[in-house]
Amino acid sequence: MNKHLLSIHDVSAPDIVRVLDTAESFREVGTRIIKKVPALRGRTVVNLFYENSTRTRISFELAAKRLSADVINFTTSGTSVSKGESLKDTALTLQAMGADAIVIRHSSSGSPLTLTRWVRGSVLNAGDGTHEHPTQALLDLYTMRDRLGRIEGLRVAIVGDVMHSRVARSLSFALAKMGAETTLVGPPTLIPPDATAWGVQVSHDLESVLPKLDVCYLLRVQKERQRQQYFPSVREYARLFGLTRERVTMLPESALVMHPGPMNRGVEIDSDVADLPRSVIEEQVTNGIAVRMSLLYLLLAGSAQEGGVTDA
Amino acid sequence: MPEVMPARLRFRAARVVDPASGRDEVADVVVQDGVVMPADSGPRETVLECDGLVLAPGLVDLHAHLRQPGREDKETVESGCRAAALGGYTAVAPMANTDPVADNASVIHEIRELGRAAELCDVFPVGAITRGLEGADMAEIGEMVEAGVRVFSDDGRCVPTARVLRNALTYARIFDGIVIAEHCEDASLAEGGQMHEGLLSASLGLAGQPRETEEVVVARDISMARLSGGRLHLCHLSAARSVEMVRSAKAEGLRVTAEVTPHHLVFSDEDLATYDTNVKVNPPLRATEDRVALRAGLEDGTIDAIATDHAPHAVEEKEAEFDQAPFGTIGLETALAAVLTYLVEPGTLTVTRAIEAMSTSPARILGAGAHGGPIEPGRPANLVVFDPAAEWIVEPPFASKSRNSAFLGRRLRGRVVHTVCRGSLVVADGKAQR
Amino acid sequence: MSASRLMDEDEVRRAVTRIAHEIVERNKGASDTVLVGIAARGDDLARRLAAEIERIDGTAVPVGALDITFYRDDIGMRAEAPEVHETRIDFDINARTVVLVDDVLFTGRTIRAALDALVDFGRPTAIQLAVLVDRGHRELPIRADFVGKNVPTRKDEDVRVALREVDGQDAVLVEEGIRAGGMEGA
Repeated sequence: MNKHLLSIHDVSAPDIVRVLDTAESFREVGTRIIKKVPALRGRTVVNLFYENSTRTRISFELAAKRLSADVINFTTSGTSVSKGESLKDTALTLQAMGADAIVIRHSSSGSPLTLTRWVRGSVLNAGDGTHEHPTQALLDLYTMRDRLGRIEGLRVAIVGDVMHSRVARSLSFALAKMGAETTLVGPPTLIPPDATAWGVQVSHDLESVLPKLDVCYLLRVQKERQRQQYFPSVREYARLFGLTRERVTMLPESALVMHPGPMNRGVEIDSDVADLPRSVIEEQVTNGIAVRMSLLYLLLAGSAQEGGVTDA
Repeated sequence: MPEVMPARLRFRAARVVDPASGRDEVADVVVQDGVVMPADSGPRETVLECDGLVLAPGLVDLHAHLRQPGREDKETVESGCRAAALGGYTAVAPMANTDPVADNASVIHEIRELGRAAELCDVFPVGAITRGLEGADMAEIGEMVEAGVRVFSDDGRCVPTARVLRNALTYARIFDGIVIAEHCEDASLAEGGQMHEGLLSASLGLAGQPRETEEVVVARDISMARLSGGRLHLCHLSAARSVEMVRSAKAEGLRVTAEVTPHHLVFSDEDLATYDTNVKVNPPLRATEDRVALRAGLEDGTIDAIATDHAPHAVEEKEAEFDQAPFGTIGLETALAAVLTYLVEPGTLTVTRAIEAMSTSPARILGAGAHGGPIEPGRPANLVVFDPAAEWIVEPPFASKSRNSAFLGRRLRGRVVHTVCRGSLVVADGKAQR
Repeated sequence: MSASRLMDEDEVRRAVTRIAHEIVERNKGASDTVLVGIAARGDDLARRLAAEIERIDGTAVPVGALDITFYRDDIGMRAEAPEVHETRIDFDINARTVVLVDDVLFTGRTIRAALDALVDFGRPTAIQLAVLVDRGHRELPIRADFVGKNVPTRKDEDVRVALREVDGQDAVLVEEGIRAGGMEGA
């Protein structure tokens, strides 16, 4: 595997299978009384979170701790991040502290790649601007495989603000790599015109797509987009593209409803729908820890260090 | 090299490429007392062997940002002129978006004086069209014309309304040869755009601005040129349809000229795949088909000139996250080499056409009569001598105070050997003499 | 590389039977005993032993599988992270005797890792070790309680156990190999 995970394009389809298979073992670790293995003992993992995201940060923190790594949190409140220190200087400081892995979440697309120029450790993208969120896509694939037994040939719809969604990009790329069929659904103003080059279909009519799906994946719609006039009102968006109580019955019985969180109940998804058994939103969160453990393990355990054993 | 400026210089056996006179032949060129002399031998000559080298009229840059007054940390008139001279330029037109803005005669004088003191190349300051570049009231164009300004531009910004542009174009007709130069960008479409809007921007998660951002203003401005009868110059074109519109405007007989930068002729939006801020420019690098159209437009004369849009920025500003980094690349030191490497060598452009676009035509648009050739006895000696085969890698240290070059790390072919400004050898053997 | 056969199908079968008898004898019955096989192949062996013990003693002995990849002492020293297998221990190991089962005992590092893993699951009364082959070259103070066959080998040789369940045949094979040491085998 590559040294960094900046984008889904950094992992091949066999790599993805390996990540998911290894995550199975880490899920088992999560069922033990002592939910810890010594695999990354002595390693330092830094969570560099420029964007506030408690849930993702905790997921990474738990993942690292369950691997016995030491965890340092650099978050927006209180540290040099908020004092306006440049990314470069923060990176050099972390480098000087001997960070083996840096998990970075940042509002600027491309900043994880920029970070790799200044640090020697592995860099994991926990979400950069509107570019990618590869660990989310991988935990989503894990959830799909776990519930539906496969990924190849699945028919998936990604519904909502694709234009501004890093989750949508990573997931579209990942599903294409694994042979699934993806349709992007939303108003034309929120779907990039060139998106079909990603190997996906595009539709502006949610109801026509629902009956043929294995997975309905909903994206969060931010109120800010309405202020920027990508759609006239949240109410109209919900009426045309929300997964309502009525619409959810149009899905095949075995189809899953997924969401990366946090949800806007009543906008992209009705409250009742979010609580249905086929909504695996909470499982996505649980699976997130196992998948992130798998990634940290594969990135750090598979690195040949100086003076190490080279025989296989 | 002699320490004292030689009285009489002979450039021996250079390939003289002089578009203004149509010459392309091996010959000697003699310079004395600031002018070109007849080539017969004279007393006490210093001879510079130019076998295998090309001698051409000194290059003229219609569009550079020298940052002084206001951001002397990024560049000064002196450091910019040194960069220009090393790049083979004998004349540079610095844009007016300084701090304070060059919208009055005293700032113009200051900039010109700084250029004179540096004694490296001629500086032709560009004046602002509107006061403070605010796009509302016209600046005192007449006062600036009296101070020697020929080209006016709000570059950095686009004139926001057709009415203001119309007024400027119309008013400027009081004076002969005054050019209104426009940076074509519709602010509402450009808003937030970090690069060209297309498949790449969608995949990289960067907000894009479509070609239409430039095209709608090109169309508007050409209409205003027609309406006003004034002279319009379009800066740094980036889109294929912009070139088409200029072609039609010229066919119609409108007084429209256009320029393109070396980086728009060489790169495309694909070069941003690694979030390299050195290729984050405005207007953005567009798709391959636009680059093809720009090259074709340059080749057939629709685009008159190559201009660098030399835009220095501080290291820490360019090393920031992509969407935080300012737009621009430096270009004075690499322009000639880039054109030779990527256009002349592969055969897209002849060396004559390249020199015409980098010297003769811009000199004419700028009204810089002493520059651009023809190279003949009696005329001011503003010359460049370059080695078309010399290879070099673009890397610091640069003469510019800044390092943000789109060509950083690339191997280019073509290097300036000597630059002569008003008869003075300001660059000798590739080294600035001041 | 030619492989020579150290044990054939019959020898493997007899060894498993003998070890099963020894486990029952040593522990005075199998009522408080559990088997934990070290993946891979150790768990298949453990299942066979459990079947034998049930045949001999009538006791159904719980069998678990333990993957020790995350407890290895050479993590980060190899170009590729080693493959992970399943861990499944569905029973309580507290106050029981755990018999760890593996195919080959070599440097002892795998067993060290298994001991570390096992103590995370609870506190057994005792931990014993059963292996099909002990090939020597211990690098840690580890010894087996039950051994199918003691086979002296050179350190650079490669000893492989083939099992019907996985490889289609039962055999213990040894091959010339270019090997410096590390955690292959146990």
